[in-house]
Amino acid sequence: MERIVLPEIPNLNQIEVYLSNGGFEAAKKAFCQTPDEIIDQVKKSGLRGRGGAAFLTGLKWSFMPKTTNLPKYLCINGDESEPGSFKDRQIFEDNPFQLIEGAIITCYAIGAKVAYLYIRGEYHKWIKLMQKAIDTAYEKGYLGEKMKSTFGTDFSCDLYIHKGAGAYICGEESSLMNSIEGHRGYPRVKPPFPAQKGLWGCPTTINNVETITNVPPIISKGWEWFSKIGAPKHPGTLLYGISGHVNKPGVYEYPTGMLLTELIYDIAGGVPGNKKIKCVIPGGSSMPPLRGDKLEGVRMDAESLKEAGSAVGTAGIMVMDEDTNLLKVLIRIAHFYHHESCGQCTPCREGTGWMEKTLHRILEGHGTSKDLDLLISVANNIEGNTICALGDAAAWPVKFMIERFRDEFETYVKKDVSIPVPNKVHSMRNTAVPLADIYK
Amino acid sequence: MAFKFTEENLARIEKARKKYPTALAAVMDTIYIAQEQNGYISTEVMEEIANVLGIDKVNVLSVVTFYTMYHTKPMGKYHVQVCTNVSCMLRGAYEIWDRVKEKLGIDNMEVTPDEKFSLEEVECMGACGYAPMIAINEDYYENLTKEKVEEILESLK
Repeated sequence: MERIVLPEIPNLNQIEVYLSNGGFEAAKKAFCQTPDEIIDQVKKSGLRGRGGAAFLTGLKWSFMPKTTNLPKYLCINGDESEPGSFKDRQIFEDNPFQLIEGAIITCYAIGAKVAYLYIRGEYHKWIKLMQKAIDTAYEKGYLGEKMKSTFGTDFSCDLYIHKGAGAYICGEESSLMNSIEGHRGYPRVKPPFPAQKGLWGCPTTINNVETITNVPPIISKGWEWFSKIGAPKHPGTLLYGISGHVNKPGVYEYPTGMLLTELIYDIAGGVPGNKKIKCVIPGGSSMPPLRGDKLEGVRMDAESLKEAGSAVGTAGIMVMDEDTNLLKVLIRIAHFYHHESCGQCTPCREGTGWMEKTLHRILEGHGTSKDLDLLISVANNIEGNTICALGDAAAWPVKFMIERFRDEFETYVKKDVSIPVPNKVHSMRNTAVPLADIYK
Repeated sequence: MAFKFTEENLARIEKARKKYPTALAAVMDTIYIAQEQNGYISTEVMEEIANVLGIDKVNVLSVVTFYTMYHTKPMGKYHVQVCTNVSCMLRGAYEIWDRVKEKLGIDNMEVTPDEKFSLEEVECMGACGYAPMIAINEDYYENLTKEKVEEILESLK
């Protein structure tokens, strides 16, 4: 199997090795064509965003206005804070120049002069590695003014790293732009979409690190080649990050549409102690979890996972064996979203806290069956009622975990309870739990 | 004593400033530089950042208080960060967390009396495949066991 994003070439992170393996040839080829031709090829290749939403990359690029006096920007999202995903750091470490080349081609296609690579602050080591690669690229004439003579073109662009500082929400595209501008990482209301009004009010495109790294091979080997790899409607490869209860966790590059069971059992070495799988979260903690007994035939691509009732997300697969306490897992997930909610929208700010508190009540043994319904109801009231997708991301795990594992969650709560309700006229009466208990 | 940036750091701020069309955008880089120099971000430090960049103090405050990696209180020489998110938790992160707490004798966001260690329970650090993990200052320590954690902490004491 040919790897696109992380080829098996030793020392590919050295520019000499990268160059001797066809490095920057795609950029040369791109500069002989018009930006529209590049966008067209990426569109035809069927490349979808690898950051979670699996949106068609070429289509996204085509939203950039053709006639504008404003500067245009490219943001490359390497915030990578989704629990369960750890793929971008592999690109920074092993194939930084392909990312840089992808950034150059993308800048040319959308007409941007400046690209910002947003890397999460905790990745000190990878920021240093990436900065070193960028400095080398400048030195050798593959970025900045010097690239005009290197490529024999009148186009040039700059690439800067913007270091995040520990906020999950900054992986959301509009929040990421606010963060680059030097504000708190608050998501913006859409529309206007970034292609109309992005960074500093200028047209902006935001792509994931893995998406951008896919661009050079598409240009050099052609869109037909790319579109034939993996699942037809979601072509290419994915960096599958497999973690949790598996024998060989790690990042593996394989075509899209791989069987989930094949990834877990053959590639990641199966579950320690040959235990059964209870639950799998297929695309980072925001995506709806799947039952272990319903994994047969589920494939890792946008279409197949949608059918199975989940989504591909960042392809961060978390595996939980039969002995896992799902209540504790769910509490940890709920705590994460409560902590990371930026606090702009009431449903998310308050709802994530309520969900965490209610789950804690269940853990402490005070939960009732009605609490499970309450949790689903809170989740439903967050979903779709917030500015950004963090609300949905917080709601889905709670909602689907309880719905799909109701049998297990029922064992954590008391069956027929008749806890006196202190103030029945209060709007919280449906919770059937003393308010003091809720507020503790 | 009032906080002043060193000459070297002023040059670094100037370099960061050049990446962006506005001075405000350089605030995150500048706060990092200030934290490196001063250890934490006090009100005085925020004022100096605002001065150097020519921006409003409130802009600095709003950014400092939003992001978790900026500290408004002094932290230990070694800031120990333990990830307890799902992937790490499934592989025993809470055992690591308890062992670190016991070993250092402090709880979340506390500093040891000798100011050598501080402890923080952090969200996913992007090391899920190499769980459980801790980070000390800027370095990741992955694929840990309780024994390995003890060794690492012992070597720093």
